[in-house]
Amino acid sequence: MTEFYREYLAVAVLIGAALALVGLMLGVGKLIRPVRPQADKYITYEAGSDPVGGWGQSNVRYYVYALLFVIFDVEAVFIFPWAVGLEPLGIFGLVEMVVFILILVLGLVYAWRKGVLRWA
Amino acid sequence: MWGQQVVFWLLAIAMGAAAIGVVRSRDVVHSVLFLVVVLAGAAAQYILLAAEFVAWVQVLIYIGAVVVLFLFGVMLTRSPMGHDSNRLDNDQRWAAGVVALLIFGVLTALLVDAFGGQQINFGPELVAQGSPQAIGSDLFRTFIVPFEVVSMLLLAALVGAVVMARKD
Repeated sequence: MTEFYREYLAVAVLIGAALALVGLMLGVGKLIRPVRPQADKYITYEAGSDPVGGWGQSNVRYYVYALLFVIFDVEAVFIFPWAVGLEPLGIFGLVEMVVFILILVLGLVYAWRKGVLRWA
Repeated sequence: MWGQQVVFWLLAIAMGAAAIGVVRSRDVVHSVLFLVVVLAGAAAQYILLAAEFVAWVQVLIYIGAVVVLFLFGVMLTRSPMGHDSNRLDNDQRWAAGVVALLIFGVLTALLVDAFGGQQINFGPELVAQGSPQAIGSDLFRTFIVPFEVVSMLLLAALVGAVVMARKD
């Protein structure tokens, strides 16, 4: 038990070090940099040209890709516990996983046939 | 154990503060980022309970995928990224507060009623229980039918997403 927590203590230390490093760099930068505020300096940087205001409504196609990503991410999560126990689960586990993936491939084929994956 | 209590309360306070940040933030994108803190805190709580696999699923699915979905959803709305304080606020905040308190009360009462006197036995077997190997053997030996039903559920979600996409 303590062994388990000790392993995750390393993760916590790493997160703490990352936060401290960012804080340190930004803090030191704030201390030593000159401060001459001008309105122009606070404009969002956009490859040298002045930004065109607001935010454009993004294409709904991006949302569909995100949705598909969530679904296949959930599928991947189910594959992990199968992959680490591949040998004890044996042929039966393999058949189950093949059925699982085939059902989802059906959905992917459907999306493909409907032209959702094509960027028109 | 004393150390666990300290870490639990530190995480709980951070999660509570971030949750308040989600509803109080004036920028929707900031709200989503606060939500990431809450979800990461939940993952850390799972680690504290030695549920290692569930914790990383939380990170993969919620922080990795669902938050991306939220961000795209936010970008789909027409609202500008304004710092207009009135835009995200309305008169229902007190009603929302009452509802939140009620939910908190009901959940607390239910949890105390259901698990009040029970103790979790922390030990190596608890760590083993939360490992992907143990969850895999449960999933592929005991819960075969629910597992295959999940694939049908995901298929339904996929087809639903495709149908929704075809409408535009």
